[in-house]
Amino acid sequence: MTCCASSTAAIGIGHSDGCSPEEVAFSSKELRNGVRQTTLSVPEMHCASCIRAIETALAAVDGVEAARANLSLRTVVVNWKGDRGAPPDLTGALSAVGYSSHLPTNDMGEEDRVHSHLLRALAVAGFCSMNIMLLSVSVWAGADAGTRQAFHLLSAALALPAVLYSGSAFYASAWRALVHGRMNMDVPISAGVLLSFGLSLYDAIGNAAQAYFEASTSLLFVLLGGRLLDHMMRRRAKSAVAGLARLMPQGANVVAADGSVRYVPLNEVHPASRVLVAVGSRVPTDGVVVEGRSELDSSLVTGESAWQAIDLGSQVRAGAINQGAPFVLTASVAPADSLLSEMTRMLAAAENSRSSYRRLADRAAALYAPVVHSMSLLALIGWFYGTGDIHRALTIAITVLVITCPCALGIAVPMVQVVLARRLFDRGVMATDGSAFERLAGVDTVVFDKTGTLTTGQPSLLNLDEISEKHLAIAGSMARLSNHPISWALSAAHSNSGQKLITFDETREFAGYGLEATIGADIYRLGRVEWAASAGFTSGAAELSAVSLSRNGQTMAMFTFGETLRPGAAELVKSLQAGGIDVRILSGDSKPAVARIARFLNIEGFSAGLLPGDKVTAIADLQVRGHKVLMVGDGINDAAALRAAHVSMAPSTASDIGRSAADFVFLGDSLSVVEESLEAVKKAMRLVRQNFALAVIYNTVSLPLALSGFVTPLIATVAMSSSSILVVANALRLSGGEKQMEEVRMPRPHQAVEAGA
Amino acid sequence: MTALSVLVPLTVAMGAAGLLAFLWSMRSKQYEDLDGAAERILLEDDDATG
Repeated sequence: MTCCASSTAAIGIGHSDGCSPEEVAFSSKELRNGVRQTTLSVPEMHCASCIRAIETALAAVDGVEAARANLSLRTVVVNWKGDRGAPPDLTGALSAVGYSSHLPTNDMGEEDRVHSHLLRALAVAGFCSMNIMLLSVSVWAGADAGTRQAFHLLSAALALPAVLYSGSAFYASAWRALVHGRMNMDVPISAGVLLSFGLSLYDAIGNAAQAYFEASTSLLFVLLGGRLLDHMMRRRAKSAVAGLARLMPQGANVVAADGSVRYVPLNEVHPASRVLVAVGSRVPTDGVVVEGRSELDSSLVTGESAWQAIDLGSQVRAGAINQGAPFVLTASVAPADSLLSEMTRMLAAAENSRSSYRRLADRAAALYAPVVHSMSLLALIGWFYGTGDIHRALTIAITVLVITCPCALGIAVPMVQVVLARRLFDRGVMATDGSAFERLAGVDTVVFDKTGTLTTGQPSLLNLDEISEKHLAIAGSMARLSNHPISWALSAAHSNSGQKLITFDETREFAGYGLEATIGADIYRLGRVEWAASAGFTSGAAELSAVSLSRNGQTMAMFTFGETLRPGAAELVKSLQAGGIDVRILSGDSKPAVARIARFLNIEGFSAGLLPGDKVTAIADLQVRGHKVLMVGDGINDAAALRAAHVSMAPSTASDIGRSAADFVFLGDSLSVVEESLEAVKKAMRLVRQNFALAVIYNTVSLPLALSGFVTPLIATVAMSSSSILVVANALRLSGGEKQMEEVRMPRPHQAVEAGA
Repeated sequence: MTALSVLVPLTVAMGAAGLLAFLWSMRSKQYEDLDGAAERILLEDDDATG
């Protein structure tokens, strides 16, 4: 509806994709005098020529000093110098060469720091353990006493950086756990590494026959390798999520007293500021309309699927999209006090329930570590009393620690997770939380939001059978001239029916009302029922909205529109129910709209008209009754519920806050990935349990041998490493079965399309 | 023994050189964009200095 929009829309802001230069400026950071740096996400970058096109296009923009594309992260970093603070139009330059771009949702700085620390720690541990290995081989080959001691002391010097630097992450985490009176995987690992290093150092100084520096360093190397892989996978998922477009505006168009419009950052918008909202952009703050009339799409804010008509004096809420015409509102609160920030506070409150979940590996360690540590202590006391040789007793105690070091446990779970995360990533499901897989596996109830989750934002024509071909041809041809989503739905129905296109003598669009076309003396109107027809004509239907077609004020046809189901929604619900999972809908939309979808999907448990807090309460109720709830939702109003649920998923079209609250974000339209993820996770958890079983068997065999003193720490290291390899190999089986599954899945998309129609 | 006293420090020094080279390459951001590096080899350099 931009074609007839008043002059206020001609400012050139608020285009639905991309972001204004001003917004780019707000999110940039200062490098040095006047030069600023901006990171833009460019999801369509694929190859060398994309890199070339993007870098050349940006370098040609006035004020750009350097542009460097990053293909792995699909981002481009631009250094620019603004003309008196005004930034160059970077997104405009990119869209001119055919790439859409936007500001990434959040900063990856913290992830990058952890990643490079892990990589450095791994490099140091690798260097140290390999060199120590070489030296140890010559000692085992039979070096004389002098050489042996020199080699042992050199090994000690080499082990020091690995133990101090590479191991620091483990010690810190173990210490945190112990301080809080808990036990985690890092406690036995730290004890094993530090004790075997200490004993070896004592032996090396005393020129004993053997030292076991390689035990502590290779342990660190293997564990860091697993941890790095785990982290890399999560970082990739997070950067993919961060690369999704930011939905909430960073600034607002404030109308000054003299009528001039200035784009300012959100924190400069105050209560009573007059804010201009362009077509297609989101309302930046709660307020009251003081100029213009329009329609608002609040589906992401409250879950209402029907658009809300607004007029002078209407209350509007932050986050809704303006679909009609530009309007001016007076802010009733500062943006920081709007609904969105209310949700942020609710999120913080809900966070506590999530962090109380303890990871499987840590729960295992809590059982495992006390047993192992007391065994080791018993061995020390027993051998000391039995032989009176403190050194012998210590060696055996440390051997027990090393051989039972939960390497298999420490690496088994991360390895399965890495393989699983990669597999889901290839299907467009990104896991942003490490423990999410474990939580997803135990789910017995799935709660869906309706608007935007079970349905897509696009309306579709419901009563096609009732419309005569002639009327469809007229309405479809008129609708083609408009950008309104209802017009899209009409013209799509028109193209599908194969009707011919009618040409009109003249057409006009009335923002917020509809379209008018003339053929000869006849005036056709397509739009709001009360506007199109002068004669009263009421629709009792509960549909999303109705539009009527009239000729010279006489109603010819009524078109009713409803929501389109997401592809795969019907099959997903059916197969979840068949699998004994309870499916429910919690929606903020009106009861008739929710009931229609629930009836169609055959879902019995649904609640409508819920406020964000009600959703949280509903989920908490379910969880109190012992259910493990998976929440699938997208809106700003779902964010707290997503966080409160045991585990949560959000589509990539979800609100920024919804995406960051969810454990999984999935790309694409189809909901069938929800079930695929559930299946893959269940399979993965079987592998984890097998790995635990392997680790337990290994320990029950090796522990008695170690206790009885038959095993040296060296053999313990070798045995422990081979058990880790076994466990890793078992984890890799998860990716092996993938091909068969893919063949079974192939016919799915077609079914999905039919269900959505 | 004399051979060892030369060779062993040499081995360790070479290993250390490798480690330092790796840390330097990390610091100079050579691992930031591995996919991009693979593709950039296909691009012609317009400026010989770049």
